Amino acid sequence: MTPLLRLTDVCVDIGRKRLLDGIGLTLDRGQVLGLVGESGSGKSLTALAIAGLLPLIGGKVTGGAIHFDGMDLTAIGEARLRSLRGKRFGFVMQNPMTALDAVQRIGEQIDIVSRLHLGLSAQAARLRTLDLMAQLRIAEPSAVAEAYPHQLSGGMKQRIVIAMALAGDPELIIADEPTTALDVTVQAQIIQILTRLSRDRGLALLLITHDMGVVAQVCDRVAVLYAGRIAEERAVEPIFEAPSHPYTAALIGCIPRDGMAPGSLHGIPGAVPVSGRYPSGCRFNPRCTHAADLCRQERPALRALPSGGSVACHFAKAETS
Amino acid sequence: MTQALLQVEGLTKQFHAGGGLFARQRSMTAVRAVDLTINRAEVVGVVGESGCGKSTLARLVMRLIEPTSGRVRLDGTDITALSPKTLRAARRRMAMVFQDPYSSLDPRYSIADILAEPFVVQSRRMPARTVETMLETVGLPQTMATQYPHQLSGGQRQRIGIARALVLQPEFIVLDEPTASLDVSIQAQIIELLSSLRDRFGLTYLFISHDLGLVRYFCNRIVVMYLGAVCEILPDPKSAPRHPYTSALLASNFSPDPAARRTLAPLAGEIPSPFNLPSGCAFAGRCPRVTDICRMQQPPLVAEGGHAVACFNPL
Repeated sequence: MTPLLRLTDVCVDIGRKRLLDGIGLTLDRGQVLGLVGESGSGKSLTALAIAGLLPLIGGKVTGGAIHFDGMDLTAIGEARLRSLRGKRFGFVMQNPMTALDAVQRIGEQIDIVSRLHLGLSAQAARLRTLDLMAQLRIAEPSAVAEAYPHQLSGGMKQRIVIAMALAGDPELIIADEPTTALDVTVQAQIIQILTRLSRDRGLALLLITHDMGVVAQVCDRVAVLYAGRIAEERAVEPIFEAPSHPYTAALIGCIPRDGMAPGSLHGIPGAVPVSGRYPSGCRFNPRCTHAADLCRQERPALRALPSGGSVACHFAKAETS
Repeated sequence: MTQALLQVEGLTKQFHAGGGLFARQRSMTAVRAVDLTINRAEVVGVVGESGCGKSTLARLVMRLIEPTSGRVRLDGTDITALSPKTLRAARRRMAMVFQDPYSSLDPRYSIADILAEPFVVQSRRMPARTVETMLETVGLPQTMATQYPHQLSGGQRQRIGIARALVLQPEFIVLDEPTASLDVSIQAQIIELLSSLRDRFGLTYLFISHDLGLVRYFCNRIVVMYLGAVCEILPDPKSAPRHPYTSALLASNFSPDPAARRTLAPLAGEIPSPFNLPSGCAFAGRCPRVTDICRMQQPPLVAEGGHAVACFNPL
């Protein structure tokens, strides 16, 4: 079966800078794929590329293909993309405060999605809105539908944004750091809602996060991005058990765990390189504890791992491609 | 020998809002009757979600804002009673590192100027080579002295924030979410730096954070706050929580271990508005163990061998 979403060797440029370089990903229905990496690694850019929203920031897909249910999104043109956005894939952005229109009632903002994409009448759309709100455990949906965004808490607003993303009955949801702006107990609620949706409705969920804890708890697969390239892509259990790429291992080592001895938390020295000023060879080499001459000279190819998944490191025990 | 360096007694801060032409004045208690002792060379963590009063507590301890009532003693001296002049002298012994390394550094000052400013404020002469030594202490290159904040990354800026806090050789440092706006990779670097500085200079920290996992890693003792009041003090970071809120916070912390994957049982509801708190326990509305008494009375903080909990039905 072909996956719902498949990115093949996607390159994205802004001006003369190549910011994404050969990104490959696959995501099936009912699956949660975590996209992780530090700021500046290209996570959000990947989301924008899938959505065809790169022109908003002056970017362009300059290579590769993005297949969604058989269609190449990079080739179908803006008019058809427009009919897909909201209907077949929905978005949940980081900051619910800016994702909502401040001067429109909550209910209307959700209604419009199903009126537009499902062609529902005003009454039918409102019924659908209230039903979605109830599914997202919003108490008193009809009262909340009449409220304005400023009257709601952050967690409530993020539920509204999720309701909007679901209103067109999409097959794929792209959630870009959906809980970063929320309190920890509310974060747990939102993550639970998103993963339940994926299981119950067979939704594909692309979860962009910097939190390896969230990844470990909810994702089926993980793609680790570094400086615009895929470092490693695998199922969640093996990646935490025995990470193949030193960057993945370093990211996991940054999270305090229970029973960790003092002094055993290690950051990653240095910082993500500024876009366009990447080191030659493996882009992680200046920060890598295993770096050798080969790493400084030659770009590591993304190779398949015997246990499934792939890794781009000269020293990983991968099958030679 | 353990010795109390900082003693906080009955510290309370009320804020008022409104009271203009159209709005009725409303008041909220951001910090309510907090008692806390921090021993020398100890790292005490204060953890809680937004609105729990942890940042207000940090500012009160530094006397950046005036308390409504209560005392803060640093090494026996009551900070809250000092005149501006004597307070300035006392401030040499305490410093603060702020959450946002972007807004806490003046963009028009060079790094050398930023590190010299505490001496200007204290009308003291800066010893020779101070800037060089401080940069080295926080692991930054000497060339940074002539640079400006906008040329630095977030992690480097926070190192400058730490260097500025250290420059007058204080004993006590308040760390107000020093890593909250940084990437996890940089957060780990900063935590390790703070930990080595503590060992090297015998510093005492009050560490404010919303991240219970991080606090459990870094601190000797943990104070959990909810809506302005202390609900639990864990004498050891590994102590099992007794307050249902602490337990919920712990359950909301995602462990980076897929083998320990569990069904999430998140807390229902969100933090109520501090402007109209329920009369009993502030957590009663979200608590899975709530009983009638919780809605009527505020539970007192009861200590048992260093482990204090404010709950009628503790775990």
